Amino acid sequence: MTLILFLAFGAVCVAGAVNLLAQRHPINSALSLIAVMAALAGEYLLLGAEFVAAVQVIVYAGAIMVLFVFVIMLLNAGEEELTKGSRVAILLGVPGVITGGLLTSWVVLRHSGTEAVPAGALPGPPAEIAQLLFHDFLLPFEVTSVLILIAILGAVVLASKPDEAERRFD
Amino acid sequence: MPLPIHIFILVSVIKSLIILIVLLTAVAYTVWLERKVVGHMQNRWGPTRVGPFGLLQPAADGLKFFFKEDLTPPHVYKPLFIAAPMMAVIFALTSISVIPFGNGFTFGPITLPHYFPLIHFELPFHWGGSVIGPYSIPFQITDVNIGLLIILGVTSLGVYGVALAGWSSNNKYSLLGGLRSSAQMVSYEIALGLSLVGILIQSGSFSLREIVDAQGGHFLGFLPRWNIFHGQFIGFFIYLMAAYAETNRIPFDLPEAETELVAGYHTEYSSMKFAMFFMAEYANMITVACLATLLFFGGWHGPLFGPPLLQTVLPIFWFAVKIFCFLFLYIWVRGTLPRFRYDQLMSFGWKFLLPLAIANLVATAIAVAW
Repeated sequence: MTLILFLAFGAVCVAGAVNLLAQRHPINSALSLIAVMAALAGEYLLLGAEFVAAVQVIVYAGAIMVLFVFVIMLLNAGEEELTKGSRVAILLGVPGVITGGLLTSWVVLRHSGTEAVPAGALPGPPAEIAQLLFHDFLLPFEVTSVLILIAILGAVVLASKPDEAERRFD
Repeated sequence: MPLPIHIFILVSVIKSLIILIVLLTAVAYTVWLERKVVGHMQNRWGPTRVGPFGLLQPAADGLKFFFKEDLTPPHVYKPLFIAAPMMAVIFALTSISVIPFGNGFTFGPITLPHYFPLIHFELPFHWGGSVIGPYSIPFQITDVNIGLLIILGVTSLGVYGVALAGWSSNNKYSLLGGLRSSAQMVSYEIALGLSLVGILIQSGSFSLREIVDAQGGHFLGFLPRWNIFHGQFIGFFIYLMAAYAETNRIPFDLPEAETELVAGYHTEYSSMKFAMFFMAEYANMITVACLATLLFFGGWHGPLFGPPLLQTVLPIFWFAVKIFCFLFLYIWVRGTLPRFRYDQLMSFGWKFLLPLAIANLVATAIAVAW
């Protein structure tokens, strides 16, 4: 049962990823990416990491991808045209990716010394994750949050025009 | 005793069907209630013609929606135009699946009569006469230990229905409605999530059932131990504001502001496709009311008395009464308040609700740690 579900979610994931590249229209690509995220959440659930699965849906599918879709809608981005360069990229890229994937999987299959993670082995309950984040890895966690804060400040500085601070609505 | 797999599936299907039917009926009658209450507030009668007190009006409306012509304008992006209302209604109905309605009941042990064949999972075929149970069946489709997160996740996906409807209609009013809706929902989701963290700290669980169980009992013998009386009044206020914004209701109904945007994101929709958006909006209202009841108002806790059967039914009754109060509040606010301006909406969300939610979170954390 777990294997069937794993394969089903994996198939959705791969199909979504391929569709993401194949679609010409940005909004279709964004929607395929949402499907990939949702299928990944399903895979996390199968591994017993229900908290990570829920956060995956809330943060990636629910918040970040909404912003992607928002930007596509706001810019009203249309269909992409095929240029000469992209035709060459398809001709060289598709066989290249296939050979690369086959080679990688061959190497991994031949030389895999590590065991696969059994279903339900990852830290699932929120309490365990909280213990990891706020106790065992407190410093990296806080450093990451400071890093993100700096990124937010940088984005605000870059996005704001210098004269806009004076003229407000109120 | 855990349920055997085939009985579990049967019970789940039955529960899902019952809850779906009850939810859709509740959606229909919330519309009726809204028309009736707003009518009385505006010194009108509301629907009176179809059935006593206009009680059959929802059925008539449903029939009308079915027989209306389903127009698809030529300039729309068809796949998304068709998928958007489905997405809206699917996400709106999904979140009800983790909401508990009561404690549940236990049946058994039952001795099956001899003519009753029971197909066990491990035994291929098993004739009656055997004893099954006791089984306990909760009043909830599925009891997961991250129920609250699932609801947040599903509601955060709900924005796609509205946003894609606005975009795929290829109409400036629809697009503006969709843009407003996605901006509004992303902004208020943060305040909504933060307002719930206080509750999570107090009860120490993501499971809606455990959060409700933590609210049993009384303070000083008379005041119920509900979270709203347990220091979460500000949290409730923030939740209420953010929930109004998330469901696109007045005073936050900018995505469909009819004085500026015709009908906003569903301008180009007709017939059942429009009805799906309508259903999604009211189903979302009911979900939000359920969540407020579970998190802040003690869920199904209330005075219990009478024979055992009544004691099983009473919690569901109290739950329904509390939800009704919330829906009435929704309608009351709709009949009372004007709409925000867009910049007011954004500054209220980011400059007032968000800092207030963070302050509430810090205060709760300090109080609990003390």
